This record gives sequence, structure tokens and C-alpha cells, in this order.
Amino acid sequence: MSFQFDNIVAFLSMNGHGGFVWSSYLVTALALVCLVIIPYRQKRELSRQIRRQQRIDDSSFTQK
Amino acid sequence: MNWQWFHRLGSPRWFYEKTSRWSPWLGVITLILLVGGASWGLGFAPIDSKQGNSYRIIYIHVPAAFLALAGYYVMAIAGAVGLVWKMKLSFMVMRSAAPIGAVLTFASLVTGAVWGKPTWGTWWVWDARITSMLILFFLYLGVIALQGAYQSRDMANKSSAILSLVGMINIPIIYKSVDWWFTLHQPATLKLTGASSIDPSMAYPLLVMIAGFYCLYAWLLMHWTRADILRQEQKTNWVKELLLGAKV
Repeated sequence: MSFQFDNIVAFLSMNGHGGFVWSSYLVTALALVCLVIIPYRQKRELSRQIRRQQRIDDSSFTQK
Repeated sequence: MNWQWFHRLGSPRWFYEKTSRWSPWLGVITLILLVGGASWGLGFAPIDSKQGNSYRIIYIHVPAAFLALAGYYVMAIAGAVGLVWKMKLSFMVMRSAAPIGAVLTFASLVTGAVWGKPTWGTWWVWDARITSMLILFFLYLGVIALQGAYQSRDMANKSSAILSLVGMINIPIIYKSVDWWFTLHQPATLKLTGASSIDPSMAYPLLVMIAGFYCLYAWLLMHWTRADILRQEQKTNWVKELLLGAKV
């Protein structure tokens, strides 16, 4: 098993098929990255909300 | 028989705590398989005598399509379990499976179109396999849409589960489409029984990528279900303590 291309330019161009191959890898990678990021953002947003609520609860408690 | 494990399985908190430990390991394994498999497929697998380098798209097209289909089973079965046993966690899994499945179906359609151009000379054709995959994509979108269509979460879950179960009809059609209507899409390359029509030097990186996508799917499903658990259990003390204690 060896590297199939002579140099990095040949690897990127893939005898004219580079555009097809690289764009399909890129689109898939981007879509998957979105799937990874979204739940983290949801978690961060939720944790912000809970903190805010906690501060409101704390301050109303001390005012009484 | 002791059914305690079954009830524990339905507890979102138990699931959350268990997966906290598994998730990083699975994430590392997934990354190794995907990076390894993709570099192998892109750089080291031999050039195809007929298709040249464009065939390298197979290393994401086939795994994405595999998991788009397997993910549909996961969604439908989770929906059925939720309907029968009224298990909260099961509906969370069903809900999480929908966007992941939609993205994987989208990826297999896009990579298929891009592969079709240099190979068949066209981006799109209303071939049986491609059309049934497009229907799969709409089924996933339908479940996502139903989730937002109801005021009551219970109604949303029930109707999503019913849609997923009815949509199961599409799955055997997708599998069999290449044999029933032989048009443009080629029949299966990898076969469990009998000889595959792909050389081992090209098949090994494909198997690595398929394993990688299975791990990725499992990781993503955990990841989304965990986020959903936090959102839905946000009024409980354990979630409050967890999110207030963590530096996010």
C-alpha cells in the first residue's frame, strides 16, 4: 500500500475529479460538524437560562 | 425475572450519567476510524480502472446511506417502544434520531449527485433508488416538523412515532429498488453473503469508514439525546445542580 499520487497538486486535482471528490467530502464534513455543534449550543443556552433564573430567585429571596 | 434494568433504562438521569462516561471514548474511536478511513480511501486506495478517482466518493456516500437507513430503524423502533411502554427516554431517542438521519440522508443524496456527474453525466435522475432516498429525507423532515406542530409534547411524540412506523414501508423499497427497477444506480457493492463486486484493496477502507459512521451515529445519538434530556428535565434538581455547577 502506497500513496497513489505523485505530489500534493496531483492529490488535490485527482486527474480532474478533485472538484467532485473534495466537494462531497467537504459538504459531508460541514453537515456533520453542524450535528456535533448544535447540542453543545443548546446545552450552553439552557445553562445560561438556569443561571439567570437562579439569580432572579436569589435576589427576590433576599429582598423579602 | 428481574425487570429492574428495563425500568432503569427508561430513566433519563440514569442514561445521562452512564453516557457521560462512554461518550468521550466513543468520540475518540469515531475520530480515529473516520480520519484513518478517509485518508486511506482518499490517498492510498488504488485508482479505479473505469471511474478514475471519482469513485473515492464511495467512502462517504455508502456509509452515509447505510446509516441513513439504519437510523430510520432506530427512530421507528424508539417510537414504537415509546408508544407501547410510554417510555419518556424512548421518545427522546426518537426525536434525536430525526435530525441526524436527515443530515445523513442529505449527505448521501448530495454525494450521490456529485458522483453522478462525472460517472453518469448527470447530477440527478428520477431513478428508483434515488427517489426512494428522497422520500426517506422527507420522512425525516416530517418527523422534525411534527415535533414543532403540536402544543402538547405528548401528541407530538405520538404522531411522530406513528409517522415513523408508517414510513417503514419505504425501507424495503430502498433496499430492493436497485434489483426491482434496474435503471442507473448500481446494485449493492458489498454483500454479506456471496462475492462482493469490489476489490479488497478498495473494500477495506470502505469497511473502516462504515465502522466509523456506525460509531459516529451512536455518538451523535447519545449527544443529541443527552441535550434533549437536559432540556426536558430542566425543572429537576439534578439537572439544575449539574448545569449550575458546570462551567459552560
